[in-house]
Amino acid sequence: MMNSHHTEKPSSLIEFREVSRVYGTGAAAMAALRGVSLSIGKGEFVAVMGPSGSGKSTSMNILGCLDTPSSGSYLFNGIRVETLSRDQRAVLRRHYLGFVFQGFNLLKRTSARENVELPLVYRGVPAGKRKQQALEVLEAVGLKGWESHTPGELSGGQQQRVAIARAIVTDPEVLLADEPTGNLDSARSREVMELLTKFNRERGITIIMVTHEPDMARYAGRRIYFTDGVIHDGRPGEGG
Amino acid sequence: MFLETFFLAFREIRRNVLRSSLTILGIVIGVAAVITMVSLGNGATAQVTSSISSLGSNLLQVRPGQGHQGPGGTRSEARPLEMADAKAVENEISGLSAVAPVAAKSAQAIYGNQNWSTTVTGSTNAYFPVRNWALKSGREFTESELSGGRAVCVIGDTVRKELFGGQNPIGVSIRLGKLTCRVIGVLTPKGQSGFGSDQDDTVIVPLRTLQRRMAGNKDIEGIYLSARDHVSTTKVKADIEALMRERRGIAAGKDDNFHVMDMQEIVSTLTGTTQVLTALLGAVAAVSLLVGGIGIMNIMLVSVTERTREIGIRLAIGALEREVLMQFLVEAVVLSCFGGIAGILLGLSAAKIGSGFLGVPFIVDPKIGFLAFFFSAAVGVVFGYFPARKAARLDPIDALRHE
Repeated sequence: MMNSHHTEKPSSLIEFREVSRVYGTGAAAMAALRGVSLSIGKGEFVAVMGPSGSGKSTSMNILGCLDTPSSGSYLFNGIRVETLSRDQRAVLRRHYLGFVFQGFNLLKRTSARENVELPLVYRGVPAGKRKQQALEVLEAVGLKGWESHTPGELSGGQQQRVAIARAIVTDPEVLLADEPTGNLDSARSREVMELLTKFNRERGITIIMVTHEPDMARYAGRRIYFTDGVIHDGRPGEGG
Repeated sequence: MFLETFFLAFREIRRNVLRSSLTILGIVIGVAAVITMVSLGNGATAQVTSSISSLGSNLLQVRPGQGHQGPGGTRSEARPLEMADAKAVENEISGLSAVAPVAAKSAQAIYGNQNWSTTVTGSTNAYFPVRNWALKSGREFTESELSGGRAVCVIGDTVRKELFGGQNPIGVSIRLGKLTCRVIGVLTPKGQSGFGSDQDDTVIVPLRTLQRRMAGNKDIEGIYLSARDHVSTTKVKADIEALMRERRGIAAGKDDNFHVMDMQEIVSTLTGTTQVLTALLGAVAAVSLLVGGIGIMNIMLVSVTERTREIGIRLAIGALEREVLMQFLVEAVVLSCFGGIAGILLGLSAAKIGSGFLGVPFIVDPKIGFLAFFFSAAVGVVFGYFPARKAARLDPIDALRHE
């Protein structure tokens, strides 16, 4: 089940060409990424691993169009992201990307349903349709009956499932998950991973997940290892 | 899209009840304080003005003696005025609508076993319009009563109450000191004057009656004059002063031995005082508005940390900077307007209750209301908006990491 993409050569959805990211200037300059090239195909489930400071979070930020490369090129669906304005990148995120964070990052005092509806609000989906879609997705992540609960009333695992529902409610091309199980115990972690796997298979959503837990990385179809700002194992364009 | 933003902001306000109500509270208190204070101050000013104008609008007084006259009556050292002075003023000064020479004497008014100490004023029919008196019942003096010095009188409402109670006094004879005279009219009550004395405690008789039968001389103590509408009382006053100096033979450079009092001066002095009071109250209220503003500022700044994360989340899932800002702006505007309207309502009700309690008219100054409203709204919007703008310009990553 984890190797479902082996047989077909996926079209390249995401491509890094010699991507570098340097923080600071002059003597204080620190390179977080040093000329990384990488390609991820449509429908892949990729785990990004590596010690902290290895560049995996930086590359996730760039992949998520939250940050841009200092040099090199990032092609998303053939679009050169580094040439886009802040607002254009926001529109790109709005239409193609979904995010799941380690700290859940749900809006406080806001019901699960309204949290899930949030990305649809910015897409201009009318209220009735928004509600219906949110309820469907919440059911898909197993939170039927919890729609009106606020994050404070939900367990960590439930909050992360709300976050996943929020990420996939727009039916994105890519779901970016930054240590989605980092704050969860192993049973909750497995539930989250099974959900991600399910959406990857059933909806064909490309998933890129940062994790440092090998158990979690095992759910992915391919693993990429970062060390000191370069990819240390796993060659671009090849399934793991 | 705007409606959507509006609902979003409204939901956000409802969600953060504590923060929202604290913000609103600052605005409510500030606006309400200003409106209450200024309304009460204006009410007091209006009351003083109206009670002074009941003395007679455009009223001037000529009195013998220098400067302001105390309550003790005429000043003995100055030459009294004469009837001829009043005639001269009437004939030679332009812009006057009525001239009433007066003399007064304290007397005991007696009817049956009722006894009341009052002031008897002798004058002509011109006295009624000059002092803004209207008759509640009865009539004014006739020519023959005036010229013949007949024993007739018009009584004030206080005198009527004290002597007659509910009885009809018209045609009844009363005693004023040693003089027995018939009541021919009753004055419409005016209440207390701006100086606190009871204006209705008065009896009016023909001037000649008072001079001959009560005072035993031909002096007049003063002349009341009323200027026509739109005639400058300052000009009239100067004309009278010139005329009187000539008639009383005062050499150039010598001080006047008479005094012309201009009611307009008194009115402006008194209203000036209450206006200063209003301004003071307003200043106190403005301080509370300022404190309210600082309260709003604090709440807004304290909530920035939480809001920065929220902005980070919104940006990450694809909100544009301007969409986030619009939401925060609408939120701040809705909050401020809500607080402002609540403050106006509270201020108006407090002013209404306060004016009833203090017995002053309830006067609303929309200018001040708007000013207070816009000030606090501006504080709410500025301090709601600018921290949000700062946050919305952060990289979403930094905003998300914000602690």
